[in-house]
Amino acid sequence: MSVPARNVYLDNNATTSVAPEVLEAMLPFFKDLYGNASSMHLFGGQVARHLDIARSQVAALLNAQPEEIVFTSCGTESDNHAIRGVCEALPDKRHIITTKVEHPAVLNVCRYLAKKGYRVTELGVDKQGNLNLDELKAAITPDTAIVTVMAANNETGTLFPIDEIARICAEKGVTFHTDAVQAAGKIALDMQKMPVSLLSISGHKLHAPKGIGVLYIRRGTRISPFMLGGHQERNRRAGTENAPYIVGLGKACEVAMNAMFEENNRLRKQRDRLEKGLFDAIPYAHINGNPQWRLPNTTNIGFEFIEGEAILLHLSAAGIAASSGSACTSGSLEPSHVLMAMQVPFTYAHGSVRFSLSRYTTDEEIDHTLATLPAIVAKLRAMSPFYADKLREIKAGETAAHS
Amino acid sequence: MWNYTNSVIDHFTNPRNVGEIADANAVGQVGSLACGDALKLYLKIDPTNEIILDAKFQTFGCASAIASASALTEMVKGKTVKEALAVTNDDIARFLGGLPEQKMHCSVMGKEALEAAIANYRGEKAVAHVEEDSSVICKCFWVTEKKIRQVIEENHLTTVEQVTNYTKAGGGCGGCLPDIKRILDEMVLARVTGSGKPASEGAAPKKLTNIQRMQLITKVIETEIAPHLQADGGGIELIDIDGVTVTVRLQGACSHCVSSTATLQFMVQETLRRKVSPDIVVIQHQE
Repeated sequence: MSVPARNVYLDNNATTSVAPEVLEAMLPFFKDLYGNASSMHLFGGQVARHLDIARSQVAALLNAQPEEIVFTSCGTESDNHAIRGVCEALPDKRHIITTKVEHPAVLNVCRYLAKKGYRVTELGVDKQGNLNLDELKAAITPDTAIVTVMAANNETGTLFPIDEIARICAEKGVTFHTDAVQAAGKIALDMQKMPVSLLSISGHKLHAPKGIGVLYIRRGTRISPFMLGGHQERNRRAGTENAPYIVGLGKACEVAMNAMFEENNRLRKQRDRLEKGLFDAIPYAHINGNPQWRLPNTTNIGFEFIEGEAILLHLSAAGIAASSGSACTSGSLEPSHVLMAMQVPFTYAHGSVRFSLSRYTTDEEIDHTLATLPAIVAKLRAMSPFYADKLREIKAGETAAHS
Repeated sequence: MWNYTNSVIDHFTNPRNVGEIADANAVGQVGSLACGDALKLYLKIDPTNEIILDAKFQTFGCASAIASASALTEMVKGKTVKEALAVTNDDIARFLGGLPEQKMHCSVMGKEALEAAIANYRGEKAVAHVEEDSSVICKCFWVTEKKIRQVIEENHLTTVEQVTNYTKAGGGCGGCLPDIKRILDEMVLARVTGSGKPASEGAAPKKLTNIQRMQLITKVIETEIAPHLQADGGGIELIDIDGVTVTVRLQGACSHCVSSTATLQFMVQETLRRKVSPDIVVIQHQE
């Protein structure tokens, strides 16, 4: 493929670029500030002080206490720690509740525990990807160790009402974990208002680098450590603190918190403009997910009669990066488990494309996408036997109407 | 991102022969929206000499599906029907400089559409997705036993994963993977022992001494059975030979799977019975 003339990055739910101020904050910790935060000397002390600042910055984003922030290596570790740590701390409870649309970092942990003898309830979703909270309530039993439900879906952006779910769990005295990897930095997460027990964050989804995550652990939550070793992170997560990355994540949280309100409004406008422009230009297209309750930066659109990988490769050739829930892009043979759980019809499940915007998305990028995608869809539909069938069907209908 | 060859990218970006042929006398369609890919092939065949004058296609699918269809039309144009039928899915893949292993089913779809179109030309009953005389093994992608056997045979497949890559069978819920394994083992066994009939060459002499029998058993396991199991991620270890009782330690691709080792045990026993002596009994070593 030729080198694209321009680069339009609309795949920010996959990963984001590191913010310049984040990189700048990190650099000294690769040079002069290389001490081990646990050491009893100046080198260690300097670093420890910066870790405290970073911990406070993360806590501020969540309106939590700094002692409730545990740094991990990634979102997946945070999810593993939360679910397996709670199950280990509550050995008599053998039931887990989750949803069919979780990220594999949650779903595969639950399925692993199911193999180990746990009873796992995977709650389904409706066609817009919404949960039925009555079903959730009814599923909780005295045997339930943990309820784990994501805050925002990575594929569709659909938001779950985690404040309500947290209250339901709190009333029943059940530990509640939320994978907030896509939500953190994009929507307000207030731990004073939401009785969430555990919450996972991944740095690289909010303009910090890959390789850093957070597990928020509400004070009083019963949970066993996941990584064993030294006494770091108040004995909750062993391993020498990854100082540059922790500092970077702290900075990223601070920037996100300050920018969130304004950024959300701008992203929602850009996203809605992209959506409207595409719908105006392309018939037989559908939003996957809840059009109202979703992340402001995400849209997932299903294009009928065509296949996602083909769309992505044409977009990529035009310098535009997006992603798809089609079978072919995942390397598996079935469309995404999220779209399948939502019972998205096959007519457009295979042709679904996710665009996810970020702080750095420009209006020009949206323009370029709007100028490019309709022709790609038209080109692929022109060679689709199902689109040809559809056109014949329409023609037959018109003929019948006129006779 | 897939590692596509330049030729795949070229045929994907600029597909040849897209469209319908209004006066086509051979049309074949395979696949469906649910499967995630589909191909409709139109051929115009000269009835006097059976030469394919024109070929066009419509497809719903990924880059390699589009490229495979484009390649297929280029390959069959100008060929006689007989020559076209000799084109294999591997020929399509090679025409494109190769396809990623997980995408081989796209080339198989091309071959299927070609067969369907030619059957249509010959006035044979429209080849339905499912042949009546063959049972459906994979219910997610509606793949028949006949199709699986054909693809294993033509492409000399040795692992279940390959069968999934080439036919999609087993790529959905995975419920049919043991069935695919059974078919594969049976066919590999037939391949090893010569078309499923007792092998004439190297067949067991009427009377073997104990030493001869032990040597022959060891040789068959080492040269014929072990390589097949290793190709599958499994293994076999000869523990003991006592008369006609052969004790082995078997390791399937997933060693804790009871049904898988039972299948292996049967396959080892059948091979030894054909190659060494019909009264061989294979038992698994108890730890």
